[in-house]
Amino acid sequence: MSTGNMNLTLKVWRQKNNKTAGALVDYKLAEISPDMSFLEMFDVLNEQLINKGEEPVVFDHDCREGICGMCSMFINGRPHGPKDLVTTCQLHMRSFKDGDTIVVEPWRAAAFPVVKDLTVDRSAFDRVIAAGGFISVNTGNAQDANSLPIPKMQADAAFEAAACIGCGACVATCKNASAMLFVSAKISQLALLPQGQPERYRRVQSMVAQMDAEGFGNCTNTGACEAECPKGISLENIARMNRDFASAKFASEETV
Amino acid sequence: MSGFGNAFSSSIGKKFIMGATGIFLILFLIVHCGINALIFLNDGGLTFNIGAHFMATNWIIRAGEVVLMIGLLAHIFQALRLTLQNNKARPVKYAVNDGKANSKWYSRSMGLLGTLLLIFLIVHLSNFWVVSRFTGIPTVDANGHEDLYAVMKATFQNPLIVGLYVLSMISLCYHLLHGFASAFQTMGWNHSKYNGIIKGAGIWYSIIISILFAAMPIAFHFGFIQ
Repeated sequence: MSTGNMNLTLKVWRQKNNKTAGALVDYKLAEISPDMSFLEMFDVLNEQLINKGEEPVVFDHDCREGICGMCSMFINGRPHGPKDLVTTCQLHMRSFKDGDTIVVEPWRAAAFPVVKDLTVDRSAFDRVIAAGGFISVNTGNAQDANSLPIPKMQADAAFEAAACIGCGACVATCKNASAMLFVSAKISQLALLPQGQPERYRRVQSMVAQMDAEGFGNCTNTGACEAECPKGISLENIARMNRDFASAKFASEETV
Repeated sequence: MSGFGNAFSSSIGKKFIMGATGIFLILFLIVHCGINALIFLNDGGLTFNIGAHFMATNWIIRAGEVVLMIGLLAHIFQALRLTLQNNKARPVKYAVNDGKANSKWYSRSMGLLGTLLLIFLIVHLSNFWVVSRFTGIPTVDANGHEDLYAVMKATFQNPLIVGLYVLSMISLCYHLLHGFASAFQTMGWNHSKYNGIIKGAGIWYSIIISILFAAMPIAFHFGFIQ
């Protein structure tokens, strides 16, 4: 690992499992390169801990290129750290200063129980998707793309909603631990396209019901989720979900 | 009600109730502020007392008063329920949470601002509503109408009451700055053609309503109107 000139104090949340209480533990790191990613800095910390015979810090990560949605650290009071529109793996140490103290905590929500240290169980999101975040189509050859005309603006809006990587930063930063931005993005990406229409009003009811059952909080429109989302998912999706939910409950024959 | 399923018990349904009652209360404030602003005619309250007399005797208004109370209580109870649920949704709090990096302080403090307004409302209702509805307004003006203007004038001689009213109107301003636009978002009205108008109208509405209301105790206390 390349050496640099940054000396840092880390305050990292250590928690054995969901049954025990956790606490912030201080670690000193020397000679950190400003060109390292935040996760590489954690790799250095973990090598030190392993060499000393201590337990390494457990944290989620996978692709390390900002598209998988696995990394999930709450850094100095913000999900994915101080920069906008990046995930923790794409955050670099040059965003910090030599001598900084950095507090790193897991996502905190009743619906995201801590597995260990900085890793939380986000399978609540999977259950929300399984409740209705899909389309039912016959298998077989894909039909010609041009046989389904979709206006450009509509396609773009659906694509922007589909950019959600399901990392959970919206839940983490929301003062109410609400999952409205995630759920609305997963509803919108289908509600905006013709393939999503047959199940549109059943989907919004089922997914909102599952979101509530998972114990996420209620939205109060602070806008923190939109500001912190690494993929820039818009609050327009929440408004669309609210419209669809009202249509489904008050104007649709099919009430779930 | 089976046809509507869990429409109002779901998280979105609860938001609809907050937003709908919020917009209803916003409309009420326009009527309340408009009639009260008649005191600024500075005619010894003759015109204002005509308005107050109409509001106290017209049966449509009196029926509306019941709806207003129900709406207000629904707004308060729903807020309490939502706040308790939201606290449960995050049992372990963050050691460091940089809220100012991503949202306005008043958007995150609607419960606190609302509680301040509730305390104000208890004082406010006992100052005027209880007097005009139950204990009775002691004097009549030159037109023979109940002289609510005189009650206002007497009440606002107390500097503590004036201070409470002015501070509460600052709370109201910030509560509305978030609430006005938030209600539209909740109702699904988020559209590039209207967002600018909604945001602008919300800011102007909040500031104008709060300043007009705050000016009333100040004007009485310092004798700008007689």
